[in-house]
Amino acid sequence: MGKNNGKEIKELTDVTVMFAGDSGDGMQLTGTQFSDTTAFVGNDLSTLPDYPAEIRAPLGTTYGVSGFQLHFGSSEVYTPGDNPDVLVAMNPAALKVNLPNLKKHGIIILNVDSFDKKNLGLAKYESNPLEDNSLAGYRVFPVAITTMTIEALKDCGLKPKEVARSKNFFALGLMYWLFNRPIEPTLEWVGEKFGKNKSVVCGNSKALKAGYYYGENTQLFAARYEVAKAELPKGTYRSISGNEATALGFVAASKLSGLPLFLGSYPITPASEILHFLSKYKKYGVKTFQAEDEIAGISSAIGASFGGSLAITTTSGPGLALKTEATGLAVITELPLVIVNVQRGGPSTGLPTKTEQADLLQAMYGRNGESPVAVLAATTPSDCFYMAIEASRLALKYMAPVILLTDGYIANGAEPWRIPHVNELEKIVVKKHTEVEGFQPYERDENLSRPWAVPGTPGLEHRIGGLEKENITGNVSYDAANHDLMCHLRAEKIERMQNDIPELVVDGDQEGELLVLGWGGTYGSITEAVNSARKEGYKVSKTHLKYINPFPKNLGEILLKFDNVLIPEINLGQLAKIIRDKYLIPVIQFNKMRGLPLRTYEITEKIAEILGGAK
Amino acid sequence: MNDKIDVKEMNLTPKDFQSDQDVRWCPGCGDYSVLAQVQRVFPTLGIPKEKFVWVAGIGCSSRFPYYMNTYGMHTIHGRAPAIATGLKVTRPDLSVWVATGDGDLMSIGGNHFIHACRKNIDLKIILFNNRIYGLTKGQYSPTSEKGKITKSSPFGSVDYPFNPLSLALGSEATLVARTIDRETKHMKEMLARVAEHKGLAFLEVYQNCLIFNDGAYSDLTDKEVKSEHVVVLEHGEPLIFGKKLDKGILLDGFTPVVVDLNDGRHSVDDLWVHDEKDEGPIRAFILSHMTDSPDMPTPLGVFRQILKPTYDEGVIQQIEHVIEEQGEGNLEELLFSGNTWVVE
Ligand code: SF4
Repeated sequence: MGKNNGKEIKELTDVTVMFAGDSGDGMQLTGTQFSDTTAFVGNDLSTLPDYPAEIRAPLGTTYGVSGFQLHFGSSEVYTPGDNPDVLVAMNPAALKVNLPNLKKHGIIILNVDSFDKKNLGLAKYESNPLEDNSLAGYRVFPVAITTMTIEALKDCGLKPKEVARSKNFFALGLMYWLFNRPIEPTLEWVGEKFGKNKSVVCGNSKALKAGYYYGENTQLFAARYEVAKAELPKGTYRSISGNEATALGFVAASKLSGLPLFLGSYPITPASEILHFLSKYKKYGVKTFQAEDEIAGISSAIGASFGGSLAITTTSGPGLALKTEATGLAVITELPLVIVNVQRGGPSTGLPTKTEQADLLQAMYGRNGESPVAVLAATTPSDCFYMAIEASRLALKYMAPVILLTDGYIANGAEPWRIPHVNELEKIVVKKHTEVEGFQPYERDENLSRPWAVPGTPGLEHRIGGLEKENITGNVSYDAANHDLMCHLRAEKIERMQNDIPELVVDGDQEGELLVLGWGGTYGSITEAVNSARKEGYKVSKTHLKYINPFPKNLGEILLKFDNVLIPEINLGQLAKIIRDKYLIPVIQFNKMRGLPLRTYEITEKIAEILGGAK
Repeated sequence: MNDKIDVKEMNLTPKDFQSDQDVRWCPGCGDYSVLAQVQRVFPTLGIPKEKFVWVAGIGCSSRFPYYMNTYGMHTIHGRAPAIATGLKVTRPDLSVWVATGDGDLMSIGGNHFIHACRKNIDLKIILFNNRIYGLTKGQYSPTSEKGKITKSSPFGSVDYPFNPLSLALGSEATLVARTIDRETKHMKEMLARVAEHKGLAFLEVYQNCLIFNDGAYSDLTDKEVKSEHVVVLEHGEPLIFGKKLDKGILLDGFTPVVVDLNDGRHSVDDLWVHDEKDEGPIRAFILSHMTDSPDMPTPLGVFRQILKPTYDEGVIQQIEHVIEEQGEGNLEELLFSGNTWVVE
């Protein structure tokens, strides 16, 4: 415990902070800045942006609340945290929505100026929570954020409306002070971002400083907090979200394979950002095509693949449904294609801005006919980078469509990423066929993959299409035996990828009473849950799938070594269904669909329940 | 665009464009004629064989790629323009052709068609319009006339048909033309115009389906009557038709009027002179609408051709421009961009 400016400094190992306000209050920006600075000072962290689907939801209402949660610590951080320690509430609605989640004795910093009759009414508060004792049990710090922001900005030449827009910077400055982080990175960012608009730079910078100095000078806070640097592996780091990592992964795959990258895509939440990022990367030769609909998104990618590009399409659940038929075309024409599905809550339009894992069965089976595709899933924001490369590699090597599943949580969430050097990444070998002698469009190599002979290659003119093909020649064939053979070959081709993907590694004892098996974006929650169960003395192992079709070779073997297998998923048990079907073993499900990552303590409780007294 | 080389040197013949697959259209189907004319025109274009690609959707006419010894893709219903778009945008060196029918393009593929037109993607779209669903055995199509009696409309269809040329013009296709299966010479001319056009070229071919909609165009093909029902459009020429070339069309405001050139009141000088390069689309639109009027002859020929930069060119230019300004992208730099920090 140290002293600083007369104030105590308390050391913490990890903290979860929630910034919440109206969707127009700039909470996502505030949260992102706090995360970037926190990453910059060396903490590990994980974030969870949570915002309404409406662009400008009615002001002051509970359904218009936008939140940004982040969890940072001095050791490895796997999740954005179950319950915040600190809540920054810019208005009554933000308090109302987030209070139930706040830890007991948690800190609430609220903008007292907005706790007026109007806003209390909009949030449907019957009495003012600041006066009716309902916040007893929390440490409440009412701060006149609006008033002080107006005061601080009076010389910037901004209109009242613009001044009000800077109040999130005041809150950010105060949080920087409270957690002892520098304000310089944000000041620099403000300068870069708004450089041309001097009065906005003035407003945001002054608000930020005013918030910081307010913390320093007021008697309100007796202590500040310090979270020491995390012990992270050596290297250069940046903060990365899953969508950005996905986009970078494809640019890398393009470079590693020597193929131009083509993205055909239609805007859809929460996948549009990948389109945004890739459309900026013109100087890397990336071509992005904003299609007229989801079907044209994938269709154009199939055309580009036929022409010899590394072709991808990006979407979210409802879009994947629309791409179904064209995916089948890529299966039967045996063209390389990567389809990214950033999963969101369903069915139908469902919960566009919330996360879920309920498209697994759609990805596996959602097509007419026997139509196998490879299915991969990324585990964390930075893992999206590697899985985008891996999906490209498999698609190109096996001449087959690959579906890469990410989800709203890892797509929008961010974490520090140790950036790899390009020469650490493995090259992707691509063979385009040019040899005229003996060319057959559906001849197969040792991977059962057919030759990629692209238009423009003299002497290899041939036709492919959606009608069943005769093996080897590729001619249209209605032959019974050939169709049976082709169905088997297409399935076998995907199965053979097993020899080409890493075996699954079990974390913990290699056999025992309980294995927790997860897939994709629940990696963080499960890891943290298992760690905390172990701290409580439970013997529990875990393993996490990134390859679902095909499964890693040794999965069956691993499953048999445990008495119980627990599968936590953000769906009604889709992986559980596949595991039961494939390995004929009973599994225990844990399923929650709240549009949010699984809560770690709930998984820990489930582990405890299964293991009972057996520590 | 296409690296044209000497036609003679390439020595291509129609035979070079015939694939080894048996053609499986019904004997006497109008599709045969289109296939034959395409195979005649392609060797004359100065484009190497391997640079041609045919993309098709689903339907009788969409089997077209299988019969052409070029690169080809027979895809899924309605999506050919979208697939062709991805191919053309990534491979501007190719000459990309779409074979499609009225069900494929006007119904299930309507959205892709209008957007390909509006974006002016350098595609050649050949619509085989037989005004019927052939492959599914005879339901009315989006170009069938109202009141059509078919298997799915035993009491007559209630819907109004699309006018494909009006739709193409309204969607800003940059070359819009029409021909008919029986007029092989005219079709060859039109195919050559389409091939040479830079931008989205749309050619409607009136095609007879003798199984499910025989005689749909007999007024336009029967030797006895056709010259009374067809007006052939020629750039810079007045609109004249009739067996004895004694009828003309003049434009009265926005209304086309058929006049008798022998009545002593009208001369050739009064007639509407066709200008396919007309910047505005209105006159072409009036021409396309003449098709639906029982008192008017049906125009064949190029309705409109304008030139404007294509989408695929635009994409490439943008990339070149950015590279010129910022230099070629370096992946290592991209990965290490943004706020980075070092952990020692
Ligand atoms: S059904 Fe009609 S359009 Fe189809 S092949 Fe036969 S004649 Fe031609």
